[in-house]
Amino acid sequence: MHNFVTYYLGTGFIGSLISSALPIAFVLGYALVAMYIELKVSAHMQDRLGPMRTGKWHGWAQPLADVMKLLQKEDTIPYAADKVLYVLAPLLVFVGSYAAYAAIPFSPAYIGANINVGIFYIIAVSAIVVLGILMAGWSSDNKWSLLGAMRTAAQLVSYEIPSSLAVLAVIMVVGSLNLNDVCSAQAGWFWNWFIFGKFPFLFITFVIYFIASLAETNRSPFDIPEAESELVAGYHTEYSGMRFAFFYLAEYANMFTVAAIAAVLFFGGWNSPFGTFMSGPVWGAFWLITKGMVLVFVQMWLRWTLPRFRVDQLMYLSWKILTPFALVNLVAVGLWTVLK
Amino acid sequence: MGLNDQTPTLHTEEMVLQMGPQHPSTHGVLRVELVVDGEVVVDAIPHIGYLHRCFEKHAEAMNYQQVVPYCDRMDYIAAMNNDFAYVLAVEKLLNIQLPERVEYIRVIMAELQRIVSHLVAVGTYGLDIGAFTPFLYCFRDREMVLDLFETTCGARLLYNYMWPGGLSHDIPADFVEKTKAFVKQFPKTIKELNDLLSYNEIFVKRTANVGVLPPDVAINYGASGPVLRGSGVKWDLRKDDPYSVYPIFDFDVVVGKGEMGTVGDCWDRYMVRVREMEQSLRIIEQAIDKIPEGNVQAAIPKRIRPPVGEVYVRSEAPRGELGYYIISDGSQNPFRVKGRAPSFVNLSLLPEISRGYLIADMIAIIGSIDIVLGDVDR
Amino acid sequence: MITKNEELRTKNQDIKVNSVARYFSNIGKGFWTVLVGMKVTMRHLFTPAVTVQYPDARMTIPERGRNRLYVNMDDCIGCNQCAMACPVDCIAIETAKSLPTEDLGVTSTGQKKRLWVTQFDIDFAKCCYCGLCVPPCPTECIYMTNVFEFSDYDRKNLIYSFITLTPEEVAQKVKQAQDAEREAAAKKAAAAAAAAAQKATQAAQKPSATPVVQTATVQQGPPAEKKEAEKEDSSEAKPQEGQSSGSSVDLNESKPN
Repeated sequence: MHNFVTYYLGTGFIGSLISSALPIAFVLGYALVAMYIELKVSAHMQDRLGPMRTGKWHGWAQPLADVMKLLQKEDTIPYAADKVLYVLAPLLVFVGSYAAYAAIPFSPAYIGANINVGIFYIIAVSAIVVLGILMAGWSSDNKWSLLGAMRTAAQLVSYEIPSSLAVLAVIMVVGSLNLNDVCSAQAGWFWNWFIFGKFPFLFITFVIYFIASLAETNRSPFDIPEAESELVAGYHTEYSGMRFAFFYLAEYANMFTVAAIAAVLFFGGWNSPFGTFMSGPVWGAFWLITKGMVLVFVQMWLRWTLPRFRVDQLMYLSWKILTPFALVNLVAVGLWTVLK
Repeated sequence: MGLNDQTPTLHTEEMVLQMGPQHPSTHGVLRVELVVDGEVVVDAIPHIGYLHRCFEKHAEAMNYQQVVPYCDRMDYIAAMNNDFAYVLAVEKLLNIQLPERVEYIRVIMAELQRIVSHLVAVGTYGLDIGAFTPFLYCFRDREMVLDLFETTCGARLLYNYMWPGGLSHDIPADFVEKTKAFVKQFPKTIKELNDLLSYNEIFVKRTANVGVLPPDVAINYGASGPVLRGSGVKWDLRKDDPYSVYPIFDFDVVVGKGEMGTVGDCWDRYMVRVREMEQSLRIIEQAIDKIPEGNVQAAIPKRIRPPVGEVYVRSEAPRGELGYYIISDGSQNPFRVKGRAPSFVNLSLLPEISRGYLIADMIAIIGSIDIVLGDVDR
Repeated sequence: MITKNEELRTKNQDIKVNSVARYFSNIGKGFWTVLVGMKVTMRHLFTPAVTVQYPDARMTIPERGRNRLYVNMDDCIGCNQCAMACPVDCIAIETAKSLPTEDLGVTSTGQKKRLWVTQFDIDFAKCCYCGLCVPPCPTECIYMTNVFEFSDYDRKNLIYSFITLTPEEVAQKVKQAQDAEREAAAKKAAAAAAAAAQKATQAAQKPSATPVVQTATVQQGPPAEKKEAEKEDSSEAKPQEGQSSGSSVDLNESKPN
């Protein structure tokens, strides 16, 4: 399948611009929808209704109202803050989250950049987020922000290891880092998906990857950095208005990124679960987005169910549980691939 | 998991942090001054008084009847129990014989209030640890009980229901059946709470082996209520110094056994509260069918003028031993009313049980003592 | 109520010794409890919400609900019992004695009203909604309604005045009560002076009578009059004192204002 954007618009400036702007349009729309879903899902899990009045029908305009509110807030910079870093930090965080969208195969006919090292690129570029968070914490000139930022950085860096090892296991089975190849390897009905086909190894791999990626996105139960009821208030305390909106948007973008990667690696990507029925370029996008949204829903579900970890328990989970399991899993998958 | 990892070769300065009066997790306006060495807490000094409203001074200027609304406002989450202790003290001064009906209704109200207060404690504790959902389930059930209270005396939080000598209103006609409905459906909530929060591994890891309070230390500090019982000490004023009609009812005293960690850790104190709710339910079940007939206002004196004397009466409030020491000089106003507030005494434990733990554990520890600042500061 | 979690707990208590087994059992417990918790929240996702969408839908306040007070002035006899019972002194009552010729009517319980109530203010910012003012009222004219949505932007607007007299009528009643009292006091003083004068002349005519008894009888007169005069004095409307709770003899001396 060729990339329809490059086919119709060429790889010149216009073509590349459209190619890179499509995911932004998606991200912005998706963020609004995800915010609304989060509000409603959390409300109904807690036996309450959530927003009902903004927009007259069940509060559908609540995320829009929130965005409007954030946009019109006063842009404050603390007096003693490091201005350059302070301004750059939210941009870096968002860029790090968004750059990963370049290599996500939305459909057999569209991928932002069809590079051979797709998944490797995604993991690498997501690490820019850590830099942005450290900058935010340091430049805020606030003891608690700095502590929060350091903890977040430690958390993100620690959980990249089991996450990458889990991804590596799948790549070993496929034999290519290109995500389109990973999707193609799962063609057919849903039992061809990696999560079912090579049970139990890849099922455990999925669990490891899901937990690690939950920590990557700073979602509960790993949300120490942004926990309101903890002692330290978090790295984005001093941010308000549009800058805070960037962090918020980056979080939701991150959520979808990891969900989409999980969908691609384990759930067949843009393949339809029914083989050739309901498959094609447009259907491919539909399936990928749907699978991504289901996993985003599971992330939200976990957030509202579980209490949060303490920082050292978080580290324990990563280094002493997830990493050994991921390593053993890697060896097991490798052996199985070789001996098959 | 890293409780006392202080390496002697690396010496660092101690830092003083303020967990200020405005903090989402201190259950009110409490300032805790933390002295930390790295991440480990060396000392935690609570500073109180932000909610002091001169209850005891006010009581000297009112007559005995008018003090009751002020008593409500001490521990505003468990107002019925506050009133209960106070009217018991006044009735002891006056030497009144109460109708049986009054006693039964008072016990039912006190136990319902205990359930309500523990629901708040448990729900907000979950909130502190990061679990947002159990809080709402607890409050949903709390609404049923508050509706019961509202149909009986007209108020949901600060009741002014128990008057010296009786009650302000008799229970309405549908009270018994509504209470029975509540009793029937409440065990499901407790089961849900256990599934969602109590035995959740993350919650257990956050609270077990944290804030361990040895029983002898607890007794020395004068702790009472779930804090004391969580450390394994079997002491409940309803059994050991009974008042009203409690001796009639059959219930267990819940004690912490160190199931998940050490005896006297935060999990034990939390679980004592959850199990006490079940026991309160037992008492209510036994009492609700047997309320004798009578007039709840028959014994209320027209003018309360106790003889000269002093009395100290204590009762088992949800937070511990709540006592009132009243000195009467023969006039309509008490000469002195002192409230022995359980949260005040329990809070003094804070430095003792937080040494050696991490800052992140402070939230768990403060939440497990279950203080209400209205009670601490009066 | 033994849940599966409790069973697991007691079963795994024995594996305390072996740390490898404990490691794996911790992981197992972790997963299991997370799944159980997720089942609970998923079930709640499909139970109907318990929210009542105020202000479109409202919950009914029960009949005994203690919210804003209301005073039916037709039944108020100005006895001040409610003000005395209030623990926060939020009721301010002033009355004026009516003339014997005026007919204020009867309350619904059959009592004849004798006092004009010239001030009956309740400060709802101070009121603690305890309901202690309701039982002492002999005519049940003060009671708690189910109105709870009466917040205001200005604190002064929370001082509700319940009297039915217009300010001119109030001034007139106060004045006429003061005049009547002054006349009565003057008359009594004159009568006492006349009686004293008469007794003095009688005493001059009969010197054998014991002076102690006479002085005693003479002295009994003015103190009794003074007490009556005091009572009438204090029952007058005192427009200067803003929030003082009306007339009361002994009980409220120590009450802070």
